[in-house]
Amino acid sequence: MKTALLVLATLAVYALHQDFWFWTRAEPLLFGFLPAGLWYHVGYAVLASLLMWLLVTHAWPGQLERDAELPHEDRRP
Amino acid sequence: MIPTLIVFGYLAIVVYIGVFAFRRAHGKQEVEDYFLASRSLGPFVFLMSLFGTNMTAFAILGSSGHAFANGIVTFGLMASASALVIPLTLLLVGTRVWALGKHYGFITPVQLFRDRWETSHVGTVIFAVQAALLVPYIIIGMMGGGTTLEVVSGGRVPYWLGSAVVALVVMTYVFFGGMRGTAWVNTFQTTLFLVFGAVAVVVIGWGMGGFRSAVEALAASPQSFLLTRERFSPLYFFSYTFIPLSSIAFPHITIFCLTARRMSQFRKTVVFYPLCIAAIWLPCVFLGVMANRATDVPAIQEKLDARETLVAQAGALPKGEAAALRAKAAGDDVLLLLLDHYAPIWLAGLLGAGIMAAVMATDSQILALSTMFTEDVFAHYEGKARFGEAAQVHTGRAFVIGLTIVAYFIALRLPESIFAVAVQYAFTGFAGLSPLLLAALFWRGSTKWGALASTLSVAAFVLGIAAVNAIVPAPPPGQAIVVWSLAGQDLLVRTTGGLSMLGLLPVVPVVLISALLMLVVSMLTCKPSPETIARYFPARGGPPPLGGEPASRSFGS
Repeated sequence: MKTALLVLATLAVYALHQDFWFWTRAEPLLFGFLPAGLWYHVGYAVLASLLMWLLVTHAWPGQLERDAELPHEDRRP
Repeated sequence: MIPTLIVFGYLAIVVYIGVFAFRRAHGKQEVEDYFLASRSLGPFVFLMSLFGTNMTAFAILGSSGHAFANGIVTFGLMASASALVIPLTLLLVGTRVWALGKHYGFITPVQLFRDRWETSHVGTVIFAVQAALLVPYIIIGMMGGGTTLEVVSGGRVPYWLGSAVVALVVMTYVFFGGMRGTAWVNTFQTTLFLVFGAVAVVVIGWGMGGFRSAVEALAASPQSFLLTRERFSPLYFFSYTFIPLSSIAFPHITIFCLTARRMSQFRKTVVFYPLCIAAIWLPCVFLGVMANRATDVPAIQEKLDARETLVAQAGALPKGEAAALRAKAAGDDVLLLLLDHYAPIWLAGLLGAGIMAAVMATDSQILALSTMFTEDVFAHYEGKARFGEAAQVHTGRAFVIGLTIVAYFIALRLPESIFAVAVQYAFTGFAGLSPLLLAALFWRGSTKWGALASTLSVAAFVLGIAAVNAIVPAPPPGQAIVVWSLAGQDLLVRTTGGLSMLGLLPVVPVVLISALLMLVVSMLTCKPSPETIARYFPARGGPPPLGGEPASRSFGS
């Protein structure tokens, strides 16, 4: 269930990249000079960072690190 | 003169850091220390150097140049798409590559592919395609270095000399400092640019009399389209989300994933990566757009005039004159021109050094090429056993010098912008190779023949794109030339930024066909031995995999 929710959240963030609602207009301007199509995507980067925090908190592949430390006879010299 | 001296002083500091300050290779771990800094990078250096490795001339000069011609769309095309896709691939693929590298001692991605698919020569083909695709990326570093030194020095250091100086400086500290030197130089450079990027915005904004009035004037002008995305189709915009798939497939990024001391260092990198991207790209894109109002800068006014002539007289101009106007209208140097005009002379030098810092991310690609040739070709084909370790190092360096010289001469002649070169060739090619990594790590049914088909399809596509771009010259901004249409449908169109296929960037068909070939050919050909598949995909709770480890090992699962 948790995995499904995380996949869904990732897909939702991916879809939000396609902000057709700000396509042909610059307003509203943030601080009076940042066009909508620009500040929206800066906000999107912040949202992506929050998603990454969610993923590393709830879907961190910790087992990989423990396994990597195991000795292996096939290791290259 | 002062800015030039500051930039050269900066180059001297970079060489010192790379060559002397962090050289620690000793004894039996020498190879791993040189190529991977003994897999010992801490969290801050790992984040900053990995990020710095991705922030090249493309991100600084290419982005502002693209924004100068196309507007704010540049940020959405590359920055925000990368802010999601790159950290996601680092989390899903980078961590697995790190674990496999740590466990089996891999130094290059080709070593992983050879082991995973039990192949030798297919690995060599992958190496050859990866090396060839890295050339355009090295070229943009040289273009960026040449442009920066030429503008900062007021033309005293010509473009050809600037490109050569940057190539020499980078090769010096890469050859002597290896991965440790490269990582620390990247950290220093990224920090420098993050600080000076913000300073540049304030100084230029102040010089232009405030951004608010500049944006209002732009909105009221015929160039108001620069503040929206009305000239780009949503489909074309969407196709750019495939481009960041290239990041994890770049050999220098895959190799960088192996340098972390602990896997937990990926955590902070993955979380902070999107914020770092926004911090670098926002000033570059915004200033690139604002340059359209900097008409008091003579060199920028000349660019605007050239663009206007191109648009007004498209088709009527002789080929040579159109090419000359396109070169004059190119915007790769607008950020530097803004600094040169609006910043005090000493600050322009420091900011120029900051830009040079980002431009010089070519170092990681050069180190990766040296590592790949040394490990994947020379050592793999017993060169080390026959000619010794010294010959191994010398051959690797000779290979890189040869390739860099080729890249240098191409950089001197290339008419396209930094943005176009990077997107059309390097990013498209490596995004097309991303199915290899995904299949190797996540699909037990993948085979070496699938990998070969996928790799060859990417090589053929990129060569095809280069051929069409060479035959059909770029139209003026905002216009397009139909190259191939069928039944009233435009299949292949030449735009200012390169080719579009069915309204999409070529990267989309390249990735999809590469993935399809990997799937179909793998299903039709023999799999690697069950022992190898078991090492990469051990059954949970099943018998222990090779080497007697517990069955819980979960590489690639």
